[in-house]
Amino acid sequence: MRLVVEGVWHAFGATAVLEDISLTVDASEVVVVIGPSGCGKSTLLSIVGGLLQPVAGTVAIEGAPPKESLNPITFVFQDFALLPWRSVRDNVAFALEHHALSRAERDRLVHDALARTGLSDFAGALPKQLSGGMRQRVGIARALAVSPAVCLMDEPLSALDAQTREILLEDFRLIWERERVATVYITHNLDEALRLADRVVVLSRRPGRIKDVIAVPIPRPERTSEAAAPELARLHNRLWRLIRDEAIAADRELALH
Amino acid sequence: MATTSVQATLAAATRDGLLRTPIPFRGGGFAPSSNALLAVAGLGSFLVLWELAFAMRWVNPVLLPGPIEVAQALWHLLITGELEKHLSASLYRIGIGWALGAVGGVALGLAIGLSTAARSIGIPGVSALFPIPKIAIMPILILWLGIGEASKVATIGLGVFFPMAVATFGAIDNVPRNLVRMAQSFNVPFAQVVRKVLLPGALPGILSGFRISASIALLLVVAAEMIGADRGIGAFVMQAGNLMQTDQLLAGVAVLSMLGLLIGIGLSRLERALLAWR
Ligand SMILES: Nc1ncnc2c1ncn2[C@@H]1O[C@H](COP(=O)(O)OP(=O)(O)OP(=O)(O)O)[C@@H](O)[C@H]1O
Ligand SMILES: [Mg+2]
Repeated sequence: MRLVVEGVWHAFGATAVLEDISLTVDASEVVVVIGPSGCGKSTLLSIVGGLLQPVAGTVAIEGAPPKESLNPITFVFQDFALLPWRSVRDNVAFALEHHALSRAERDRLVHDALARTGLSDFAGALPKQLSGGMRQRVGIARALAVSPAVCLMDEPLSALDAQTREILLEDFRLIWERERVATVYITHNLDEALRLADRVVVLSRRPGRIKDVIAVPIPRPERTSEAAAPELARLHNRLWRLIRDEAIAADRELALH
Repeated sequence: MATTSVQATLAAATRDGLLRTPIPFRGGGFAPSSNALLAVAGLGSFLVLWELAFAMRWVNPVLLPGPIEVAQALWHLLITGELEKHLSASLYRIGIGWALGAVGGVALGLAIGLSTAARSIGIPGVSALFPIPKIAIMPILILWLGIGEASKVATIGLGVFFPMAVATFGAIDNVPRNLVRMAQSFNVPFAQVVRKVLLPGALPGILSGFRISASIALLLVVAAEMIGADRGIGAFVMQAGNLMQTDQLLAGVAVLSMLGLLIGIGLSRLERALLAWR
């Protein structure tokens, strides 16, 4: 099974936003998309997830998704998108309630998802009682509960403070090592990209085109080790060179609007 | 560590004979709180002043009876069953009129919040009809529905319908779209998105619509009963006025005040129970 994006173009009215985006994401691969503000990253993810119709191009899953998958393409949102009137448990259950599952089966899936994200002790809490990091864990638990084939994450850590982000980044890595869900992950943060990605897709400023695709050939668990530091620094520089001018130009364009 | 060094600097500065200017406090005020004692004292002095005005004949006692006379009139209304007769008639009209108007208004507001057709037709329609004082159309409603209960209930219902429709579609529009997208991203069917996302999300706005429309219902029931009824608090107040029974009149007004207060408390309870998640 793999995700195939082919020749996607998009425009909002007269504003061209995406130009000829093609990429594939293999099973259990993490593809990180970076690019300057407003270049169309979120637009691309919405198109991939079927929440927005592109002007041209197609998105497809090639091959059958795992049959236990209740929602093959699943989002994790930047602002968590939790229902504030539902407890943690019921927020996770929300993703399952419309499926033909027995009560016991649903409870088991919710219970499992909470256990896998370290939320079991908070099952009865309301979102307002949780820290930002905990709320995003609920977002991840809800996504894992439906056994996605592809997980789409739009800046899932950008609403969090730096320390929480670091902690969650490590959690993500561990969860993803274990679950092996194919993922498209959007971020502004190059370090985040280099910690998680198998490949980094660099978009140009708006209209976003694929400027380069860079593989990160270091096994994920080793990326925090001293030995990996020089190679990661090299990759970081290379990414920064690719987006620096784009980011500056995009910034100026925004200022002129 | 840091404080000791600051203290050391200050001490050094004074030793050198330098001027030491304390920073004046300037963060006071702008934080009023409620004091129960003051509240009781305020209400008490109002009653005392009122009784004094009556006892000292500052005003014509026929025009302004004293608080004790009004309380006696109220007590009399209570024990003779007059109060129950009038109050039950008013409550019946408010209850039916408000319920019909609220159900209709929420339904229209929901439709406007969900469908382009309903929105395109509904918003201009509501905008045109909302500002009409509903009491102005009561004569035509009486012609259509007769002088009985139906025209009064309809007046209240219409008065409640429009603000409820406006409150509801505003509340639906204010539910974060991201929650709807989230639900769609999990393939939650349309009806369940409405029931599990939009309606609970709109509940705070709908409840504040309840508050506004309840006070409109109270206003309209009194007005409608003054126009044509022999029962109801409005009718009672009107009759008392015609007969110059100002103590009875003010007793009726006091009942309305308490009724409004009770409705407000009831709605606050409801809000606290239903919106604990906020
Ligand atoms: N619904 C919309 N209508 C019109 N223009 C839009 C809409 N959504 C996004 N845009 C515009 O399209 C461009 C791309 O937006 P998008 O949100 O995809 O960018 P992004 O790369 O995710 O930006 P950021 O890094 O700030 O998250 C932006 O210029 C934005 O202003
Ligand atoms: Mg974005």
